[in-house]
Amino acid sequence: MPTFVRTDKCDGCKGQDKTACMYICPHDLMKLDQDGSDTGHAMKAFNQEPEQCWECYSCVKICPQQAIECRHYADVVPMGASVQPLRGTDSIMWTIKFRNGTMKRFKFPIRTTPEGSIDPYGNKPTADIANIEKAGFFTTGTDGLHAADATQLIAK
Amino acid sequence: MAGVFGNPEVVEEEVDILLIGGGMGACGAAFEAGPWLDQAKKAGFDIKIKLVDKAAMDRSGAVAQGLSAINTYLGQNDPADYARMVSNDLMGITRDDLAYDLGRHVDDSVHLFEEWGLPIWKQPGDEGKPLVEGGKPVRSGKWQIMINGESYKWIVAEAAKKALGTERIQERVFIVKLVNDKNDSNRIAGAVGFSTRDHKLFVYKFKACLLVAGGCVNIFRPRSVGEGTGRAWYPVWNAGSTYAMAAEAGAELTMMENRFVPARFKDGYGPVGAWFLLFKSKAINAYGEEYLSKPEAQALLEPYGPYNRAYVTPSCLRNHVMLNEMLEGRGPIYMDTVSALGKLAETMTPKEIKHLEAEAWEDFLDMCIGQAGVWAGENIEPEKKNSELMPTEPYLLGSHSGCCGIWVSGPTDLGAPTSEGHAEADKVPGHLPSGWNWGYRSMTTVKGLFTAADGVGASGHKFSSGSHAEGRLAMKAMIKFVMDNKDHKPELDTSVDQLMEEIYRPVRNFLENKDYTTAIDVNPNYITPRMLQFRLQKIMDEYVAGVATYYRTNAKMMEVAEHKLGMLKEDALKMRAKDLHELLRAWENYHRILAAEAHMKHIQFREESRYPGFYYRMDFNTVDDQNWKCFVNSVYDKSSKSWTVFKRKHVDLIDKAVSYK
Ligand SMILES: Cc1cc2nc3c(=O)[nH]c(=O)nc-3n(C[C@H](O)[C@H](O)[C@H](O)COP(=O)(O)OP(=O)(O)OC[C@H]3O[C@@H](n4cnc5c(N)ncnc54)[C@H](O)[C@@H]3O)c2cc1C
Ligand code: SF4
Ligand code: SF4
Repeated sequence: MPTFVRTDKCDGCKGQDKTACMYICPHDLMKLDQDGSDTGHAMKAFNQEPEQCWECYSCVKICPQQAIECRHYADVVPMGASVQPLRGTDSIMWTIKFRNGTMKRFKFPIRTTPEGSIDPYGNKPTADIANIEKAGFFTTGTDGLHAADATQLIAK
Repeated sequence: MAGVFGNPEVVEEEVDILLIGGGMGACGAAFEAGPWLDQAKKAGFDIKIKLVDKAAMDRSGAVAQGLSAINTYLGQNDPADYARMVSNDLMGITRDDLAYDLGRHVDDSVHLFEEWGLPIWKQPGDEGKPLVEGGKPVRSGKWQIMINGESYKWIVAEAAKKALGTERIQERVFIVKLVNDKNDSNRIAGAVGFSTRDHKLFVYKFKACLLVAGGCVNIFRPRSVGEGTGRAWYPVWNAGSTYAMAAEAGAELTMMENRFVPARFKDGYGPVGAWFLLFKSKAINAYGEEYLSKPEAQALLEPYGPYNRAYVTPSCLRNHVMLNEMLEGRGPIYMDTVSALGKLAETMTPKEIKHLEAEAWEDFLDMCIGQAGVWAGENIEPEKKNSELMPTEPYLLGSHSGCCGIWVSGPTDLGAPTSEGHAEADKVPGHLPSGWNWGYRSMTTVKGLFTAADGVGASGHKFSSGSHAEGRLAMKAMIKFVMDNKDHKPELDTSVDQLMEEIYRPVRNFLENKDYTTAIDVNPNYITPRMLQFRLQKIMDEYVAGVATYYRTNAKMMEVAEHKLGMLKEDALKMRAKDLHELLRAWENYHRILAAEAHMKHIQFREESRYPGFYYRMDFNTVDDQNWKCFVNSVYDKSSKSWTVFKRKHVDLIDKAVSYK
């Protein structure tokens, strides 16, 4: 299901120096066609290597215009279905349309804290440099390791 | 001066620690760093650190789509049991020191994920109660817990990015190679890569480096070769960079013969774990038989003792039975979703059934959306229609249900051997350390080069949480290493000009030859990265036990493969790159060739079939514990372009007898 970009919706991320879809694609597939020389549609993005698309939907979920959709791999899947998300800040909504017209909608939570609110070291202890070679993280110290039956270690 | 295509700007930077990759392992390392760096600073060590990722950390690596389960959370289980499970699934040959160490550390990473905002399913009554306070998770198996994981990577990356600070992170840089130290060829001094956005070449110098660039996909021909080429189970962007760059730097690899061939929903490669474990679904053959529990199946596994008598049959042996069904003409194989959901529904209210249906879909939508697309396209509703299962093409990885990777120094307090006491110990190249720990935790046999997650071999079953935890372990050790090597000055053994010359060769190949023909892709002077990848996949598929031969090979076939891979490696010098995107593809494929070659050399060396169901050496079609219950390790010599493969002794640090009936 490689992604495609709808000409009627993509605004090239308003000419910013990096578009959201280019920023996010883990496989470097999304490309902004600056002058229309690749696609005939200037200042719109496209998937430059559809047969390398993992359908991870990272670009679909991030596009501020909802301009990106997926068309199922043409060499594998019968035509006519679609799977489209709408990702919010705490949940994601999915709309699934079957080839035969059946529709399904699902909503799932995606995170319990506001985006950007993580304070990695906020309530955490400092590290004790004397422990750097011992087992344990700075968060657990040396005595916060998982409980274990020491007799299981037969070679010790 | 900004560079241009073919003549990039060179950016040189010296740090103390470089992290290569931005996946689960790197995010763990980034998080663990802060407080230790603070303390090191107080002790007079001002340590500079940088992270580079070929993509954007928010969605890079295997967790890009999200996940629907955390597969390693010990909870009430003992770390020894965890190490036992890892060993058993991987047919007895794993490092108990590494697995045990992971088991006693991993839960803390899971607790952090939950604190940061990852929704973790809880048992009725415990909703809202964090794991760390005793909240009981919904387990889909002894080790797995269910999550709403669409934003898993986004959350873990947010913590990592905040921990490091954006000024210490460089995204969209693809690292091509590591550079050894001028004064010590067994030490690492730098890494070089290029931006996939600007015409810039990055040359980093450092004392220590964490190489965590994931596993390897697409060295074998995938099952679909049109538009569906992108649909592999493993994320198409992890190109074996970890194994290839480590090998070229001289690091000892281990168990590269191991591969993972997951049996997944056909065509969409969707996950089956929740179906088997949570919904209690069964795999059946075309005639409705639950083939795995048939006496014939058990007889088929009889030669593979003691592993066949394990309480949980190892993944490869389950594949073995499935492949037999297919070869005997009893395919297609199905996941019996209809019976499973029907059975569950018998005792449920309509509302609960609706919830169950949502859970089944969420399993795909959280981590393999393409499978939902296949179901929608084929009008498959799992309560009404069963879905086909199929084993995939092989992948190389060290953190999921596979154990290939790099040989690393383990913990010292678990009784691991410190010497090499086996019959062929004299064949281990002399410069390599003896035993399982030789200094710093997670360091490879190359000084200053560390790895974690998919990079660490001979362990496996770490998954997302364990990969994060392992990155954290490595970070601590690297900081100690840097403190101990305060006055060391890294010096590259290759000049920057020469490195640039090499990395930009594909660009030159293109610019110098493109006008020779009218068709840009057909030219006798260069090969496109795409065609080179097809050639690699054809060789591996047809000779090194891909799907074309039902995962079978023998010494003679590998002799042919070796010859063809040799020529492919030569032709890799003739790859072209018409833009930065293609330069990325060129170097990814170069990494793939080396990873593939390592895989082939190890299978060639191990004269048995250790993983029936993943691959068969038809000339040694048994599990031969007497001669081969050992690690197969190797080192690569980049100047002669040749491999030395040898055995290392395996010992159990934990009693395994209780794993078997
Ligand atoms: C299909 C699939 C399903 C899974 N399901 C589960 C599950 O349900 N539960 C669970 O707990 N675990 C699951 N896992 C396992 C988990 O995803 C991995 O164990 C974990 O992501 C490994 O971490 P890593 O850091 O080694 O690699 P990754 O997380 O894959 O990260 C690799 C990183 O390296 C970068 N990179 C690659 N090459 C280069 C280069 N040359 N230069 C610079 N950067 C580079 C990538 O961009 C990426 O940032 C699954 C894995 C897969 C593949
Ligand atoms: S993110 Fe959306 S709007 Fe922006 S360039 Fe890409 S497709 Fe167009
Ligand atoms: S679906 Fe994923 S792989 Fe495909 S173009 Fe979008 S971000 Fe890239």
